[in-house]
Amino acid sequence: MALPPPDPQFVLRGTSAAVHTLHFSCGGPEPDIPLLFSGSENGFIHVWNLKTHRVDTALDGHGRKSVYCVETMGGKDRLLSQGRDQRICLWDLAEGRTSVTDSVFTEHVGFCRCSLLKVAQGRWLMAMAARSLEEVQILELPSKTSVCTLKPEVGAKLGMPMCLKLWQLSCGSQPVLLAGYEDGSVVLWNVSTGKVLSQLICHQEPVMSLDFDLEKAKGISGSSEKVLCIWSLNEQQNLQVYKTHELVNAGISDITIRPDKKILATAGWDHRIRIFGWKKLKPLAVLDYHTATVHCVSFSDHSNPRERLLAAGSKDQRISVWSIYAQT
Amino acid sequence: VCFIPGGLNCSISFVSHVLGKVCVHGRQKEILGVLVPHLTDLTKSDCIWQRICWRLVECVPDRWMEAVVLGFVQRAPGADALSRLLGNLVVKNKKAQFVVTQKILLLQYGHTTAVLQNLLGYLSLDGLRRTLLLRVLQDLLETWSSSSAVKHSPAEQQLYISKAILICFSHLKEPEIESCRQEILTSMMEGVKCHLDSSLPQLRRLGMVVAESISLKINTEGPVLKFEYEEDDETRELKSLLVQTPSFCVVPSLPNDVRSEKAGATLPLVPESNEKSHTAAPVMPDEELNAELDSDDDLIPYDTSEDKELKIKAPVYIRDCIEVLTGSGSEDVDKWEATVKALESLVRKNPAATREVSVELAKILLHLEEKTCIEGFVELRQRAQVAVLTTDPIPVAKYLTSQFYSLNYSLRQRMDILDVLVLAAQELSCPKFPGKTKPSGAQKPCIQLLLGNDSPKDWRRIVDERIKSKTRRFDMGHSRVELASCPNEFNSVAGYFFFPLIQHFDRPLTTFDLLGEDHLVLGRLVHTLAILMYLAVNTVAVTAMGKALLEFVWALRFHTDSYVRQGLLSCISSLLLSVPTEQILADMTEELLETQSWLGDVMEKDPDGDCRRLALQNLMLIENLKKKLEAVPS
Repeated sequence: MALPPPDPQFVLRGTSAAVHTLHFSCGGPEPDIPLLFSGSENGFIHVWNLKTHRVDTALDGHGRKSVYCVETMGGKDRLLSQGRDQRICLWDLAEGRTSVTDSVFTEHVGFCRCSLLKVAQGRWLMAMAARSLEEVQILELPSKTSVCTLKPEVGAKLGMPMCLKLWQLSCGSQPVLLAGYEDGSVVLWNVSTGKVLSQLICHQEPVMSLDFDLEKAKGISGSSEKVLCIWSLNEQQNLQVYKTHELVNAGISDITIRPDKKILATAGWDHRIRIFGWKKLKPLAVLDYHTATVHCVSFSDHSNPRERLLAAGSKDQRISVWSIYAQT
Repeated sequence: VCFIPGGLNCSISFVSHVLGKVCVHGRQKEILGVLVPHLTDLTKSDCIWQRICWRLVECVPDRWMEAVVLGFVQRAPGADALSRLLGNLVVKNKKAQFVVTQKILLLQYGHTTAVLQNLLGYLSLDGLRRTLLLRVLQDLLETWSSSSAVKHSPAEQQLYISKAILICFSHLKEPEIESCRQEILTSMMEGVKCHLDSSLPQLRRLGMVVAESISLKINTEGPVLKFEYEEDDETRELKSLLVQTPSFCVVPSLPNDVRSEKAGATLPLVPESNEKSHTAAPVMPDEELNAELDSDDDLIPYDTSEDKELKIKAPVYIRDCIEVLTGSGSEDVDKWEATVKALESLVRKNPAATREVSVELAKILLHLEEKTCIEGFVELRQRAQVAVLTTDPIPVAKYLTSQFYSLNYSLRQRMDILDVLVLAAQELSCPKFPGKTKPSGAQKPCIQLLLGNDSPKDWRRIVDERIKSKTRRFDMGHSRVELASCPNEFNSVAGYFFFPLIQHFDRPLTTFDLLGEDHLVLGRLVHTLAILMYLAVNTVAVTAMGKALLEFVWALRFHTDSYVRQGLLSCISSLLLSVPTEQILADMTEELLETQSWLGDVMEKDPDGDCRRLALQNLMLIENLKKKLEAVPS
């Protein structure tokens, strides 16, 4: 007899706007407070204290335009946020400061979240959708120099890039970019040469989100249709479809694989969060708490596995935080 | 009749005279049946025989020329055979020219497509004759594009002319079309306008097909005119005429070369697009390589039985529906969609609540526009309207009929009002679920016995079912016990449906002129009145309705639009079937006699075939009435 799905461990209220992005920062040693960063539609970034379940700070840096991506850069003191005001802001939050140290004007009017990759101490690569419709630009941070621009060939008709993931096989090797496009295809780019390594049509509708597991060279993508697609990368750097899984309701806004690569979570347009086992995509749980589209899911980076959490932000302005499969 | 070969000096004129005289006396079939095959064979290769044949026809006296030429055109097995037989007769002989280029094409229309193919092919085969072909085309296009011709000539003639036009185009070459391109374009535009204006769907379709074909021919590059219509045998046949097959085949309904060409062209495209991208089949996981410990097993799944398809909840109360539909919650399109889908059943389940807000609901539904792309939106809206109307007939009928004659509604909305009234009347007059198909408005009253307008109470139903074997099985329906004030529900409201519609038809408004250019709506109105009359059988108001309808029909009986006339004749039929015989003969004797003479006139002289048929039907009904009266001893 299967147990009914658990309830959220707690729910964070107070953003007063739809929540579009979440990012945990709980890896620091004691006595650091575990934090959760959330970006909302009203342009605020809230820093939630996970001990008191209250907002510690509210950052206003995007002119009240929706914030759809937040990431930390090596710790909770440096934050990167991307908003609909076409800017990416770099924040310095050490010692209680709340200032924007730098910003990049992307001229991108879509919703494609940028992707960060640490390549060396203090040096990052950031992939972001650029001004021109189909291009992805790679910048080096903090210098903000352009490394390359990834342009699909003429007539490829990929559409806008919808989601990006920068990764490298190991420190020092070539950085590679996985990009999901509007026409439903996932493209693997070689960042150094700027060429396409492989292209795979995964969906009939735009790819809304993707995530990739380096160790197993397998990735998963979700779209506005009912199908989740798992693809793998073989030795020749070619993408192949591994498996597909059909959902009950159409529409996935976000997918994320837990850092221990055991489970993954999807955020659905049908207000539900689904948990799957990563190895075989076994459906594990359907968490039905929210009353509107779930926009984002994120796993925490707690060093103690028992404390691991899953957070989901939704259009109903709530952030639900769950403790699920934390014992394994 | 046997020809003597050799003897080249023989005079043929005697034979021509004989031929002419025989043909004129109507014996074309016999003589030409023998002559034409002979001559066709003989003239195939022999030039002398060709000349003989030409002399033969040229010598036929003018007064018999028409019969002979017509006979040849009908009998010849193909255009080139005709060309060999007649030669340049049309160029040399004025009478023949008149027959071929004017009489057969414009003044007659009973000939088959094969005849047209022969004739026009014949004209195209010689340089001298091609100028005639162009002239013929221009004449045909002039007729096709003249609005009076479209309005008054019978459908069969219009079909004939359309076929002739298409065949002409199939013979003309590029430079010839180029030379008169502008005139063709002008005629086409005018012609399309007249055809689309017509109330008869067949004529509209004819116009569309011909215009498309003409546009295809004159615009070889660039976009062509494309209409949306239902394909059927007639349109396919017409389109096939545009392409000439090289064989001697005379049969007009050739396999569709044009369409099969297009089908062939699309095939190569499909496999191409498949090659472009890697839609590779999924690679099955290599079982041997991944034979590691299944550490997923320790993840116990939770109960996911609740995970079902997401259904947006529709409102449960009628007033909530009103709120959603009036757009105060215009953000939530999902809810709007769910409301539209659920509205009909909600209305039927809550008649009391509906009656409180019936007119408001009717108003909202009349103005409701499609916000999102729902399947079957028009039908959903109509069913909701019918539900509201049947739940609270009198106020809603008053509202709808008043709106029919109000300013600022589109023609579509006015016709929707008529459709809703008819569907609701149908539902009220026979207590079963209304059918899903909309009456096209051109419903002819059938001769079968009427359905029982029985009370909804069970005992009556059982008794009547025993009596009338033709009564339909009643569905469970919904309990109308609260409305049990009268047995036949349409009885009390028939007048409210009928009389307001008939009242103001002759008063033009700024945006709506029934007697003027909005004759399509007038046609629909007339058909609606016919149906309402038919459904009003056994109601109290039926005699009054009958009298009013007869006056209405009398006022409009000479209307130029054939769709309207068909409707008027349907009205007479409904009247004769619904009003009890005694009432007709008591109250309406003089009108009936006048109507009878008018019907006789229509039956003989009306250009539209359907009108003539309906008039005949009505006359028969009147005869039956009279017989019934004579049978009853008074």
